[in-house]
Amino acid sequence: MTDFLPRDTPVQLVDTTGAFSADPVYPTPAPDALVDGYRSLVIGRRVNDQCNALVRQGRLAVYPSSHGQEACQVAAVRVLDADDWLFPTYRDTVAVMLKGVAPAEATLMLKGDWHGGYDPHVHNVAPQATPLATQLLHAVGFAHAAVLKGESTVVLAMCGDGATSEGDFHEALNFAAVFHLPVVFFVQNNGFAISVPLSRQTAAESLAHKAIGYGMPGERVDGNDLAALLSVLGAAVDRARSGGGPTLVEAHTYRMQAHTNADDDTRYRDGSEVRAWADRDPLLRLRTHLRREGLLTEESEASFTEAADSIAATLRDALNTDAQLDPDDLFRFVYATRTPQLEEQSALLDGELRRTGQEAQA
Amino acid sequence: MTMIQDRPMAASANRETMTMATAVNRALGDAMADDDTVLVFGEDVGALGGVFRVTDGLTARFGERRCFDTPLAEAGIMGMAVGMAMNGMRPVVEMQFDAFAYPAFEQVVSHVAKMGNRTRGRVRMPIVIRIPYGGGIGGVEHHCDSSESYYVHTPGLLVVAPATPQDAYSLLRSAIRSPDPVVFLEPKKLYWAKGEVDTSLEVPIGAAHVIRAGTDATLIAYGTSVPIALAAADAAEEEGRSLQVVDLRSLTPYDDATVDAAVRSTGRAVVIAEAPGFASVSSEIAARVSERCFSWLEAPVRRVTGFDIPFAPPKLERYYLPDVDRVLDAVDTLNWDA
Repeated sequence: MTDFLPRDTPVQLVDTTGAFSADPVYPTPAPDALVDGYRSLVIGRRVNDQCNALVRQGRLAVYPSSHGQEACQVAAVRVLDADDWLFPTYRDTVAVMLKGVAPAEATLMLKGDWHGGYDPHVHNVAPQATPLATQLLHAVGFAHAAVLKGESTVVLAMCGDGATSEGDFHEALNFAAVFHLPVVFFVQNNGFAISVPLSRQTAAESLAHKAIGYGMPGERVDGNDLAALLSVLGAAVDRARSGGGPTLVEAHTYRMQAHTNADDDTRYRDGSEVRAWADRDPLLRLRTHLRREGLLTEESEASFTEAADSIAATLRDALNTDAQLDPDDLFRFVYATRTPQLEEQSALLDGELRRTGQEAQA
Repeated sequence: MTMIQDRPMAASANRETMTMATAVNRALGDAMADDDTVLVFGEDVGALGGVFRVTDGLTARFGERRCFDTPLAEAGIMGMAVGMAMNGMRPVVEMQFDAFAYPAFEQVVSHVAKMGNRTRGRVRMPIVIRIPYGGGIGGVEHHCDSSESYYVHTPGLLVVAPATPQDAYSLLRSAIRSPDPVVFLEPKKLYWAKGEVDTSLEVPIGAAHVIRAGTDATLIAYGTSVPIALAAADAAEEEGRSLQVVDLRSLTPYDDATVDAAVRSTGRAVVIAEAPGFASVSSEIAARVSERCFSWLEAPVRRVTGFDIPFAPPKLERYYLPDVDRVLDAVDTLNWDA
């Protein structure tokens, strides 16, 4: 059972100064994987910046930023195969895009056009869950069905530190362990559940220690170190795929910005703490490391910036366009077949629109 | 949503007399045999065969991969069903008792009911949630709730409540085939009542039917209240009053057309339900009938329901439950001198 214990300190491969040190257990990611990962970090940071700007311009209703957590967003996606599934939360829009969902579709919910904007089965990304920890159970069920069908799918389910206090977190880990399912539970411990600090969520030594109680391995990793994240999450995915069952991985990171634009984080945390975490920025340290190793050229950096600019432009175009919304969509998807009552209500709304001259668009 | 006609059952090799519990068991087994993606899971549904023996023999027949026990956690059962449905399965989950389904409520309301709408129809939830419900069995607290109003008030769910072995069999087959989630309410007190079942008979979700003809007033019932309505009609007949009985069978979708036609034919209506009456399925039915049949009504629509209290303890439940006398008292108030 002691094999399941997480380390006393989070696994780290690249420290805050960009210095690398090999780990006796976790392998060092290939240089290409780090360079490609850095490219995704640059894109992720740009997506966060652009979405924040679009909130200020009134084009997005709300945006829960993952600024500072981009290494977690990138690693969660890069350790998965194309056939694997991601179960993200509302703060994981960057991961959703990196898994392949078009920016316009990934932000459609936050824009307010609909409650979800993409087909989960196209890129194997479940709808972003707004209720806390509920999606962890969906991930468990999805993995269970995959096992019953004889498929080798691995499911990576994301949640935050606050969600570990929910009952569904407990039930999901317990079910996954009892049924020995290929699920990686990935907790981004960013220090805060809106305003409430981790100390009010748990008295455990770490969130990763909770794994012991379920009979699965737990591990802690530096959530701002992409190299360590790729290695630790990669090992958990390998274990899941080879029939080794679920793993709980806790990434120690920090929410650099407020919960959302509607939040005021000066009411509950000190600016000096935020500034201290800025020195541990995931982009900064990997860039330093890659440049020191000669793996990052001026040209490649310029091309990464260009790719990020291009996605930002796509986001702006998508969100500056007002979609033609059909009010009858409100009734269209509730059931596979409309009930007689919904037919009546749809006709009522249609009649109102006709009388006021705003006909529903077909 | 097509209506079925009352018709004498054709002679069929598929007819057999059985209890409602057996009918549900038969429907589960037949559905599992027809479709490999149908899975049955919950608490004690495996080796034990369920506390009401409704899943008896399914694990032995189909194996532990198709019918299995879970950890004791209703939200876990429901959330796992959501993920399984996303991945091509048709889960039939058992909530052991009505009030023990409440821990699963968030998964039901926020995901089971909304996933199809959230994904614009791309991800449907073909899940059946079986819930033994209602009182009349001398059960202790948390074992006798009539919780249908919670589910009926949640858009995205279909809700059915059969009152006969035939409807239990046929509606469960329809529910398992449905692309939408179905809350399947099984009246515990009727589990051991016997009736004839024709396994070839299809009953669509959303179709009420008149189960007893009558001309003076209409009794509207579902699930646990159907036998009360029939007994009341028998008693009234002896007093010279002809009561028609409508068995709703489905609560969502609600069959306005059948109910409206029935009430318009008699001009009087009493709704009978075991659940507390305030802001309930019975109040919705009374409101709809009043709105839609006003010109035909000779009297206000009356309701005979449970009191607005927590379900009564075993030795007091007879005071709580609607019964024949309470129904007949309500019928007596229907403005007969008009």
